[in-house]
Amino acid sequence: MIDGISIYDLLTLTTILFFIGVYGFITRKNLISILISVELILNASVVNFVVINKYLYPDMLQGVYFSIFIIAVAAAETALAVSIIISLYRQINSVEVKDTEVMKY
Amino acid sequence: MDISYIILIPLIPLAVFLLLGIFNQKIKPAVSGYVGVFGLLASGILSLYAAYQYFFIIGKVDGVYQTFVDKTVWMKFTETLQIDMGILIDPISVMMLVVVSIVSLMVHIYSRGYMKGDGGYTKFFAFLSLFSFSMYGLVLATNLFQIYMFWELVGVSSYLLIGYYYTKPSAVAAAKKAFIVTRFADLGFLIGILIMGYYTGTFDFETLNNPEGSAILNWASTSFMGLSVITWALLLIFIGGAGKSAMLPFHIWLPDAMEGPTPVSALIHAATMVVAGIYLVARLFPMFYFVEHGFALNIVAYVGAISSLFAAIVAITQTDIKRVLAFSTMSQLGYMMMALGVSGYDGHEGVGYMASMFHLFTHAMFKALLFLGAGSVIHAVHSNYLKDMGGLRKYMPITNITFLIAALAIAGMPPFAGFWSKDEILVAAFEHNKLIYYIGIFVAGLTAFYMFRIYFGIFWGKEKEYEHKPKESPLSMTFPLMFLALLSLVGGLIPFSEFVSADKVGFEAHLNYPLAAIAVGVCLVGIILAWVFYKKENSLADKWANAFGPFYIWASDKFYFDEIYLFITKKILFKRVSAPIAWFDKKVVDGTMEGIGNKTVLTSKKIKGLQSGKVQDYAFAFVGGTVILALVFIYLWTN
Repeated sequence: MIDGISIYDLLTLTTILFFIGVYGFITRKNLISILISVELILNASVVNFVVINKYLYPDMLQGVYFSIFIIAVAAAETALAVSIIISLYRQINSVEVKDTEVMKY
Repeated sequence: MDISYIILIPLIPLAVFLLLGIFNQKIKPAVSGYVGVFGLLASGILSLYAAYQYFFIIGKVDGVYQTFVDKTVWMKFTETLQIDMGILIDPISVMMLVVVSIVSLMVHIYSRGYMKGDGGYTKFFAFLSLFSFSMYGLVLATNLFQIYMFWELVGVSSYLLIGYYYTKPSAVAAAKKAFIVTRFADLGFLIGILIMGYYTGTFDFETLNNPEGSAILNWASTSFMGLSVITWALLLIFIGGAGKSAMLPFHIWLPDAMEGPTPVSALIHAATMVVAGIYLVARLFPMFYFVEHGFALNIVAYVGAISSLFAAIVAITQTDIKRVLAFSTMSQLGYMMMALGVSGYDGHEGVGYMASMFHLFTHAMFKALLFLGAGSVIHAVHSNYLKDMGGLRKYMPITNITFLIAALAIAGMPPFAGFWSKDEILVAAFEHNKLIYYIGIFVAGLTAFYMFRIYFGIFWGKEKEYEHKPKESPLSMTFPLMFLALLSLVGGLIPFSEFVSADKVGFEAHLNYPLAAIAVGVCLVGIILAWVFYKKENSLADKWANAFGPFYIWASDKFYFDEIYLFITKKILFKRVSAPIAWFDKKVVDGTMEGIGNKTVLTSKKIKGLQSGKVQDYAFAFVGGTVILALVFIYLWTN
C-alpha cells in the first residue's frame, strides 16, 4: 500500500503502458522496435500482477512470484526473438518488417 | 495313388512367367528362350506322366473312368454354394493337358528360331508362359467359377500376344477387337454361371454333371419364356464358349487375331485357346444332353454346322494364307461343336462326343503344324500373301513335306490323323441328323479344296521373283514341324474311344466303310479341283470366281459381318446411345460439380488479399477486434 496513490492510478498507468506497446507493435517498421514494444506489453502485465497482489491480497506472494516468472520468460523470449532477427538479417540483409511478407496468400 | 503333383503342371509356367516378367531386362534373350522351353518341357513331361498314370494305372475302376478331384474351399457363400480352387482329373482334362503340353512345347521351341533377334524376345516368352499357365488352369478347373477366371486369363494373354507388335496400329486394333468381342460374349457366360449357381445351388462340375443329381433331375422346376431356366443358363454359357471358339456371330475377332506373331496363332488361335469353348460344352455335356431333352445341345449343333459352312466358304476366297488358316480353324471348330451337338450319351450313342474330343486332339496337332509351316514360309518370303509365293518346294523341302502331311490330315485322307476323327464326326452326324451330315460332308470337300489351294499356291505354281533367295528355316523351327507331322501321321491310330467317351465307360469304335468312302471321295474331289485350278498358273480359277459373281465378292468380303458390327456399334450404339449419355455426363453431371468448384475458386480469389502476410496488419485486426468486442460488452453490461 503506497500512500496517496490509489490502485486506479496504477492500473491507469499500466493500461497506458500496454496501449503504448500495442501502438508501437502496430506502427513500427523495424523488427527491433516491435520487439521492444512487445516488452512494453509484457511489462504492463507484470506491473499489473504486482499492483493487484499488493492492493488486494497484501499477505500473499503469488503475484510477485508470477512477475519474476514472467520476467524470466520474457528474457528467454527476447533472446529467441533477437536470434531470429539476426538470422533473418543474414538471409535478406534487412530487419524491416515490409521485407518479410513472403508468406502471404 | 497321389495325384497332387499335377498342381505343378500349371505352376511351373507361372513361375517361368514371373521370373521372365520381373527380370525382363536383366535376362539375356538366349537364356530366356531356354528357361521358357525347359519350363514347358517339365510341365509336358508331368502331363504325359499324368496321362499315362490316369489312363493305364489308376483311372479305370470297374471299367469306368473315375473323376479325381483335389480342391480346397476358396470362398464360401452359403452351406452349399461355394467356390473352390483345385484340380479335376478326368479323361478330357488329361487329354487336354497332353494337347496343351505338346503344342505349347513345340511352339516354344519354334519361337526360339522364329522370334530370333526380336526386341521383346524375353517378354514374348513370358507371355507364352502366362498363356500356358492359364490354359492348364482352365483345363483343370473344378467348377464354373474357376474355369471362368482362367477363361479371362487366357483372354488376357491372347490380347497381350495379338498386340505383341504394339507399334503396328493394325495389331493394336486386332488385339482390342479380340478382347472386346470375347469379353462381350463372356458377359453371357457370367450371367449363365450366376443363373446356374442360383438355381442349382452349386458351381461344381461333378455335382452339376451327375445324371442322377438334383441339378439335372430338377431341370423343369422353374421355367422362363417357355424354356427351363437351366436351359437358358446353358445357352448363356454357350455364348461364352461361342465367343472363345469363334462361332457365328462372334467369329470376327479370329481372322484379325492373325496380326500376332505366327507361333502365337499356332498355339492360341488354332490349337488351344480357341478350343476352350468346345471344352466348356464337353465339360458340361451331361447337362447339355439331359436338360430339356437336349434343346441347348441342338442349338450347339446348328451353330457349329453353320459356322463351319460359313468359314469354309470364306476360306476359299481369302488371299492371306494366315487368314485362310484362321477361317479353316473356325470351320474345324464348328465341326467339333457340331459333333458335340449330335452326340448321344451312352456307349456308342456318345460317338459324337468322343469324335469331337478326338478331332480336337488331332486338329490341335495338324493345325498347329499348318500355322508353324505357314510361319516358316512367311519367315522365308517376308509376306503373308499368296501372290508373293509360288514354287517354294525346291527351296524349303522340309516345310513342303510337313505342310503337305498337315494338309492331307485336315482334308481327311487316310491314314492321316484327320481322317479318323472326321470320319467319326460324320458317323455321329449321319446317325442323328441328316441335314447336319450333308453340311458336314460338303464342308469336308470345301476343306480339302481350300487347303490344297494354298498348298499348291505356296509350294507349286509359278516361281516368283524373290528379293532374297528363300531358304529352309533353321532346325529350331523345322524340328517342331517334323515332330507335329509325325503326330499328324500316327495320331489317328490311337484307339481314342477306349479312353474318352461321354459316359466314361469307353467303347470300341469301328470304321463305317460306306461313310468313310464317301468322305474320302469328296475329299479327293476337292483336292483334284484344287490341283486343276492352282497347280499351274491358269485363268480357270478366275473364270469360276467370275461365274459365281456377287456371291464370290460377298464371300471374299466375309459376308460383311465386320461391316454389320461396325454399323451397329458406330452408327447406332455410339451415335444414338453413347453420345447423348456422354453429353448428359459432361454438361449436367460434370457441369454441376465444376460449377461448385469454380465458384469457390472465384470467391477465394476475391478475398485472399486480406492475407497480406504483414504481421502488423494481423495484430491490428486482432487488437481492433478485441477493442470492439470489449466496447460491445461494456455497452451491454451497462444497460
